[in-house]
Amino acid sequence: MKLKLSTRRAIWAYAFLLVPLLFFLLVRIYPTLQSFQLSLSTWHVDPLQREFVGLDYYERMLNDGRLHQAFRNTLYYALLGVPALIIIGLTVAMLLHGLKNPFGRGLFRAIYFAPYVTPAVAVSWAWSLMLSPQLGIVNEILFSLGLPTQPFLNSPDTALATVTGVVVWQYLGFQVILFLVGLEGIPRQYYEAAAIDGANGWSRFRFITLPLLRPVLVLSIIIATASNSTGFLQLFTQVLNLNFSDPGGPLGSTLTIVLYMYQVAFNRFEFGYAAAITVVLFLIIMVITIFQWTFLNKRVDY
Amino acid sequence: MKKVLLALATAAFVLVGASTAQTTITYWQYDFESKIKTIDRLIEEFEAQNPDIQVEHETFPYEAFPQQVATAVPAGDGPDVVNLFYGWLPAWQQAGYVVPLPEEHFDPATIAEEFIPMVDAAKIGDDYYALPTGVRSLALWYNQDIFNDLGIENPPATWEEFIEVAQEITVKRGEGRYSMIGYGVAPDGQDHHVIREVLFRQFGTSPYSDDNTEVTYDNEAGAEALEFYTDWVTEYEIGTPDFFPGRGNYRDGFLAGRIGMMIDGSFAIAQIRDNAQFEFGIAELPVLEEGGEQSNFGSFWMHGLTPRAAADEARLEASAKFLQFITSEEAMRIWVEEVGELPARASVLDDPELAEDEILAPFLAALPYAHATFFVDEAGQRTVMLDAVNRVLLEGVDPAESLEIAAREEQQMLDAFWQE
Repeated sequence: MKLKLSTRRAIWAYAFLLVPLLFFLLVRIYPTLQSFQLSLSTWHVDPLQREFVGLDYYERMLNDGRLHQAFRNTLYYALLGVPALIIIGLTVAMLLHGLKNPFGRGLFRAIYFAPYVTPAVAVSWAWSLMLSPQLGIVNEILFSLGLPTQPFLNSPDTALATVTGVVVWQYLGFQVILFLVGLEGIPRQYYEAAAIDGANGWSRFRFITLPLLRPVLVLSIIIATASNSTGFLQLFTQVLNLNFSDPGGPLGSTLTIVLYMYQVAFNRFEFGYAAAITVVLFLIIMVITIFQWTFLNKRVDY
Repeated sequence: MKKVLLALATAAFVLVGASTAQTTITYWQYDFESKIKTIDRLIEEFEAQNPDIQVEHETFPYEAFPQQVATAVPAGDGPDVVNLFYGWLPAWQQAGYVVPLPEEHFDPATIAEEFIPMVDAAKIGDDYYALPTGVRSLALWYNQDIFNDLGIENPPATWEEFIEVAQEITVKRGEGRYSMIGYGVAPDGQDHHVIREVLFRQFGTSPYSDDNTEVTYDNEAGAEALEFYTDWVTEYEIGTPDFFPGRGNYRDGFLAGRIGMMIDGSFAIAQIRDNAQFEFGIAELPVLEEGGEQSNFGSFWMHGLTPRAAADEARLEASAKFLQFITSEEAMRIWVEEVGELPARASVLDDPELAEDEILAPFLAALPYAHATFFVDEAGQRTVMLDAVNRVLLEGVDPAESLEIAAREEQQMLDAFWQE
């Protein structure tokens, strides 16, 4: 039997795709299903002693004030952090894109990217030292200039915004690189033609840069919102380490869903409840990502 | 020649190994230099006495330790004997991470008699789940050099004197800003214990009911105690939380000579002794008025047996033997010397040499009146008390109201635990 060339190609393609697919199923999908299973019973080292509790843990979530606070905070983080990352990231990328000197461009790129490759724990430690209310360098400077000092991480009013600021500072470089790649993919002719037609800077940005950058923008937004290492919906490491002696504090004002889940799991060994929280977080992230993907991802061609 | 000897020795070793059944057990604890060294030393002695048992010693960074245990034990690997903070026991026991100590090796009546009363916290129902080598209490640490400079002769004995002394030490440099503070205020350090087990009791309320099922501090005395504590910051201005930057804030600030006094545990002895560039002193915690009630917070790390040890008779036997050894009088004598934690057996505590040790004496004196809070969710209950303080300090909430919220939150935790 002889297969058509196109069929043979397709078989090969699927054969190669099978490996990552299997990996994905085993490493991503299976644990997700497993955590759903975990969330239906109490946790015990001995599987025979795990008691089936049905949806009890999901019901408990309805009355868990700290969890609600964590959900609210996580939402604020995303609403505050994602636009900040995108707007500042794009602005910086456009400034760098406009730099003619290749050395300067490389240098600035490296400077912006450096925090991204620095471990989040180290970044958090350094910032928590600098932002310390009494003897931290930032307040020392404010104080010596006669300006009012700030509580930063030590007040429930400012802590969440401060954490967001640190995270934006850290992940900005990654967004800048994404945008730079996107900007470099836009053909110069469009801008030249627009300039001849008398379009000003804003029009060029509004009608050329922004629409053609759309695929990158969508990717950026999704990564900034939901990615497991840098997404605001899964924020954890920085929150834990910026206020190490009161993780999620003060007064729970910086607590995130993932940090709360971690506390439930490893401080209380309640893996059933922790798994239930994971399942809900997974669903939320899935819905938001699908939403972003469908509504933002319209292709534009000129 | 050397090679031949080595080969012979190896052969002999292999033969011996094959003829006597060797049991290998594993001990886990978190990274703490003096504890690692001491356990290594104890293992060496134990193996010499029990050639048929081998003990593997593994340690993990403090932050990663519960995670490692959480995942390794259900998978059937990990430790046979595991070190845990006493406040973690209820959660660990409920999830099956530790098993009751076998009665043939650990008779509950004998333990109750030989160990100090605080060790009751290692018991759930009628069973002991673990035993400690050392126990700790709190004391007031002070910078003797600063005291000398200011002409302060004695460490404060009452809280009133404590505030006076602290005010003398404190140096302000603008509204709410300090360059030096009298007391290292740290609600997230040891102070939440001080409020719970020292101030509440001294102001006239016990924090919990005798059976540990109910929160009993939500009353006038409790509110007065919390207000008294928060007044240290707001009214008497003897310090402020997070004064010194960094993770070890109040202790680092004390070491840096920027904090005149702090309340810290005996576990800080090694660090302070090795790093302080000044003379320091240690005193028992102050009381409300002369001759008034003394109180303290006691705590301990302990060693428990896991289901892995219980699954196999030889391992259980070996693990029990090892546990007996590291909680023996002999081990405790080594422990107090090397780690600085006080012996958990009454017989060793009576050693007159201990009472003569200037550094250990105040901690030792506190043991008879120290309470080990029965935590069902140590981290959660800590947050409750920390939040009670922060609501007053950061949001200006009335102490009585703040305490009421705390009592409600903590009661929920207790209820959740006792229901199951």
